[in-house]
Amino acid sequence: MDWGQILSNTAAYLISPETIAYALAALGLALHFGYTGLLNFGQAGFMAIGAYGYAISILSFGAPWWVGILVGIVGSVIFAFILGIPTLRLRADYLAIVTIAAAEIVRLLFTTQAFDEYTNSADGLGNYHAGFRAANPIPEGTYGFGPWVYNETQWWVRIFGILLVVVAALIVWALMRSPWGRVIKGIREDEDAVRALGKNVFAYKMQSLVIGGVFGALGGVVLALPSAVVPSVYVTSLTFFLYTILLLGGAATVFGPIVGSVIFWVIMAFLSNALPQMVNAGLLPFMTTTQSQVLRFILVGVALMLIVIFRPQGIFGNKKELTFVK
Amino acid sequence: MSSNVLPTGRPVKTTGLHSGEIAPGVAKVDPIIVADNITRTFGGLHAVDVAHLEIPRGAITALIGPNGAGKTTLFNLLTGFDKPNTGTWTFDGKSISGMSAFKVARLGQIRTFQLTKALGLLTVLDNMKLGAKGQRGEGLFSSLFPALWRKQDQELEARAQELLVKFKLDAKSADYAASLSGGQRKLLEMARALMSDPTLVMLDEPMAGVNPALTQSLLDHILDLKKEGMTVLFVEHDMAMVSHIADWVIVMAEGKIVAEGPPEIVMKNPAVIDAYLGAHLDVDLGVVTGRVNEKGEQL
Ligand SMILES: Nc1ncnc2c1ncn2[C@@H]1O[C@H](COP(=O)(O)OP(=O)(O)OP(=O)(O)O)[C@@H](O)[C@H]1O
Ligand SMILES: [Mg+2]
Repeated sequence: MDWGQILSNTAAYLISPETIAYALAALGLALHFGYTGLLNFGQAGFMAIGAYGYAISILSFGAPWWVGILVGIVGSVIFAFILGIPTLRLRADYLAIVTIAAAEIVRLLFTTQAFDEYTNSADGLGNYHAGFRAANPIPEGTYGFGPWVYNETQWWVRIFGILLVVVAALIVWALMRSPWGRVIKGIREDEDAVRALGKNVFAYKMQSLVIGGVFGALGGVVLALPSAVVPSVYVTSLTFFLYTILLLGGAATVFGPIVGSVIFWVIMAFLSNALPQMVNAGLLPFMTTTQSQVLRFILVGVALMLIVIFRPQGIFGNKKELTFVK
Repeated sequence: MSSNVLPTGRPVKTTGLHSGEIAPGVAKVDPIIVADNITRTFGGLHAVDVAHLEIPRGAITALIGPNGAGKTTLFNLLTGFDKPNTGTWTFDGKSISGMSAFKVARLGQIRTFQLTKALGLLTVLDNMKLGAKGQRGEGLFSSLFPALWRKQDQELEARAQELLVKFKLDAKSADYAASLSGGQRKLLEMARALMSDPTLVMLDEPMAGVNPALTQSLLDHILDLKKEGMTVLFVEHDMAMVSHIADWVIVMAEGKIVAEGPPEIVMKNPAVIDAYLGAHLDVDLGVVTGRVNEKGEQL
């Protein structure tokens, strides 16, 4: 087994675009679920809207890359309103059902033949990179050390993504230490009590849904930046990976989603590199290399269960909170 | 709970609240809430069926009645937490029928809940601060700039601490509300309601589950509210407490108002004694509300 290669491939995921994209989307979920108590199971839909909004604006309408990002953001805001207006008055579990269905509808709309002209249906989109790459301030060349050696384009994607994560984390932090955050956390605990104190609960939930949804869309953009928009990525299991990340790091924390995403991707990368090699080395005689790739996801599922059972507050969650988890 | 837990000094009662002969729905000299024809049915059950009701301003009014009489449902309707089948009502002369709960609260009509709603994973202090109205930092954009709200927040904190001292919760201010006992949560909910400087405080069984020592201080707090010029409407089952602090008592049974008046008069009302005080527990409540006669026949 080539441990050097395994470790190097694994370390690359510390700052991979996937890691960054998932961190952004999980930050949005932290706002939704961790702080506001909104059970949004449609974050994959927000990400799809971000990615497609970006790519379609550029490919079909010749928009500059930053307009593409704005379109993704506006699209996610509209999606949040469409989701929120009918469902935010309902109980949390109903929101979960509606969001899961809405995200699937979004994905199917992007995959259907009907809009092939814009979406390229099941084949997804690519070749929209010129604008973003032209805006790259980094001179041509390869930079970095160890496992993190990238060319100027790869660095530009990563740096841009990390900047977005930093801004999003700062926004969540600033919101949550403010009286606005106090109302939001109050809604999570008991929205009727907050209503009885004269707060417009519906408006607060809507604001939370919109902001978290925008973070999801930005995650989708970052996922689209390095190569292509692949429709099969934006499935419901993406949302569940985000929940794994969120619960791993701590649902009601700022750093939890970021660190959770890093840990998630590093472990996934490690397993996807190590397991096939272990099979080839005869260490796992009962499975094939293809099966070992499925094993990854089984392990993720087991990990999610273990976290929820033994450390429901996550890595960064307040230990005191654990005592009162309902 | 016996009367020996009550404070020895008799509180000063407000009198002369009504005009005209005392009867259910009697007009008040200065009503803060006037409600007409409020009905709420759940399936075939008439949970609330109130023809006319006025709550006197600046006084402590007790709402009593057996379990299931419709007291909590009436609270929910008046505060916008539930929608009636029919009815209109005003608060402070302003029509608030059909208004959403948070707007009602903003007008100064603040309620507490029979099943206490402490916000468990917020600290006691944050629970308190949440109660205050007109906070600049509660706007989405202004919240990002502490310069806009920090000073106000500090003032709120000072006021919250003051109230917490009064309610003997100051030692707990940094703890999660989830760590409070049942009685302490009742106190917190009441203190939190006061953070908004309400005009009318509606307390649904504030004394339920509170030990005698705490009951005494809760009663004192309620009396203090009146002294500070607030109007109090509260639901309570303990007659000793009701007659001790209430200036006016409204009796509900089977959704209707069956009697009202100053406590000493209401307590002597045979309808109340029959229906509520348990003198004749075997008597069908329908006799009191006029649904059936003594023989149990529909009227
Ligand atoms: N959401 C509901 N659905 C169906 N029935 C209800 C509902 N809420 C209340 N009721 C019924 O309405 C009647 C009045 O209930 P309410 O809670 O107002 O009584 P209450 O006077 O507050 O009683 P208690 O003293 O026990 O608190 C009861 O018979 C109850 O079963
Ligand atoms: Mg009740």
